[in-house]
Amino acid sequence: MNNVIEVEHLKKTYGSFTAVDDVSFHVEEGEVFGLLGPNGAGKTTSIECIQALRHSFTGDVSVLGLDPRKDARELRKYIGSQLQESALPNRMKVWEALDLFASFAPNALDWELLLKQWGLAEKRNSSFGGLSGGQQQRLFIALALVNDPKIVFLDEMTQGLDPAARRVAWDLVRAVRDKGKTVVMVTHFMDEAENLCDRLAIVNKGRIVATDSPQGLINSYATQIKVLFSTDEPDLSYLEQIPSVNSVNRYGSHVEILGTGPILPLVAAALVENGITPSDLRVDQPTLEDVFLILTRDVEPAEINQ
Amino acid sequence: MNTLLKMSWVELKLFIREPITMFFTLVLPIMFLFVMGEVFGNSPDNQGGIEVYRGMGAMNVYTPSYIGLVMAAIGLFSIPVHLTSYRERGVLRRLRASSISTWTLFSSQLIVSFVVTSVCSIILVILAFPVYDVITPESIILLIVAFMISTISFTAIGILMGALLPTSRAAQGIGLLLFFLMLMLSGAGPPREVMSDPMKYIGDAMPLTHISILLQDTWLGFGWNWARFGIVAGFGVGATVIAYRFFRWD
Ligand SMILES: Nc1ncnc2c1ncn2[C@@H]1O[C@H](COP(=O)(O)OP(=O)(O)OP(=O)(O)O)[C@@H](O)[C@H]1O
Ligand SMILES: [Mg+2]
Repeated sequence: MNNVIEVEHLKKTYGSFTAVDDVSFHVEEGEVFGLLGPNGAGKTTSIECIQALRHSFTGDVSVLGLDPRKDARELRKYIGSQLQESALPNRMKVWEALDLFASFAPNALDWELLLKQWGLAEKRNSSFGGLSGGQQQRLFIALALVNDPKIVFLDEMTQGLDPAARRVAWDLVRAVRDKGKTVVMVTHFMDEAENLCDRLAIVNKGRIVATDSPQGLINSYATQIKVLFSTDEPDLSYLEQIPSVNSVNRYGSHVEILGTGPILPLVAAALVENGITPSDLRVDQPTLEDVFLILTRDVEPAEINQ
Repeated sequence: MNTLLKMSWVELKLFIREPITMFFTLVLPIMFLFVMGEVFGNSPDNQGGIEVYRGMGAMNVYTPSYIGLVMAAIGLFSIPVHLTSYRERGVLRRLRASSISTWTLFSSQLIVSFVVTSVCSIILVILAFPVYDVITPESIILLIVAFMISTISFTAIGILMGALLPTSRAAQGIGLLLFFLMLMLSGAGPPREVMSDPMKYIGDAMPLTHISILLQDTWLGFGWNWARFGIVAGFGVGATVIAYRFFRWD
């Protein structure tokens, strides 16, 4: 595959503070690549260095074959940016903003269409300052797309959007991807990352601690499966004898069993054998959130080998 | 080009929608015109034996000065406040993320300055001619040249302040302070002829002083003042170079 972004050992410091320590990743053409990580991990700093919006970083960065430090203006023609923090003049109208940003681009999209797609048609003549937070956010996403970019950077795109608008945003991001564009996004929503991203990088303390598809990350990092049921039976020690069970915990009548592999049928069989048939026996599959919590725990990444 | 025109057009609309800057650029100079006009009229005068107003009627001298005052209001107040608040709020970040260049941003400020200064000057002149019987400019061509170089110069000073001042509050405070200092010491307020020497020296350090005299000379028929032109152009070039060097988008 063709890599449109290649980042090797990106490092960015502010005075003596290291915001991004050592970040390396690549993004393939046509994929949706996500960055996930705790507040202050360095996600915004990383992608803004890549977009030529921050200076004096070190490392090798190539975006569409261009170096953001040398070819900033050329690069900006081919990328669209929705920034975590930015604003428009309060008295600027929605249509004026789209019209202006379209004029910056040689082959801009029809902004009237974007206005409709992002549900801003009836806000066309409203001032930016009079829009709700979510409406401002939608305008920023529309502005990121108006220059018909090859790569779109979305930094917490759905922050402030209502659930329906969030789904609309997802559909539109998929539509952008289906047109062959590449999307790089930062998000704090696990469902968004799982639904939209082909690959994810988990960032912690200025470093990437894992990169894989959402399912790949779950398979390799969140291997503990949880089986839950309730019973008042006092003795469950036989469950601990099952080889793939790691621990059995009781919280009142609630029982929580942690283990790896196909523990549900084994637990079920052992329970039936001992005359317990709980009606609420169920399994909790590990989620991306578990991966996130495991990989960003407050310990050094090297220490997290399960 | 299309980009620059669009940017200028939007910036002009935003300028007009901003009541405070409209007050400083348009209303304040007109207020001065009428207040000073009512007090001093427009017949040659001398105060305590000193010849003032270059031997002319007060309003003949003040009218070109007030055109300079419009430029000063834009350059010292509206552009610095505008640019610093753009930076503070993240508008400049958003603009830079598109492929707009520093020169496009600067040039759009200049075009807005030209349009606003021209309109305000025409309004001032239309009011000054009939009410105070101000003389018609001696050389329209030279006046226009002086007007252009002065507008460019004050715009550059505005952009420089916008580049260097950290916050919009700082820009408001320093802008107002400089505006009123220049108003009082440049000859747009008390005539230079009655100023003490220290006042004159301070006034000589102020661009508005030289711009006023450059405009007056072409208007009143004293000819083209190369020395003042050099100083005004120097302010413009110097400010542009430093502004370009130090301008930050965030
Ligand atoms: N301009 C700056 N000056 C000084 N420190 C900065 C600057 N920008 C970012 N930082 C610091 O760098 C670190 C990383 O910030 P960054 O904005 O990249 O985090 P993030 O991963 O995007 O977090 P969030 O999820 O909260 O958006 C933070 O500790 C932040 O305080
Ligand atoms: Mg961030």
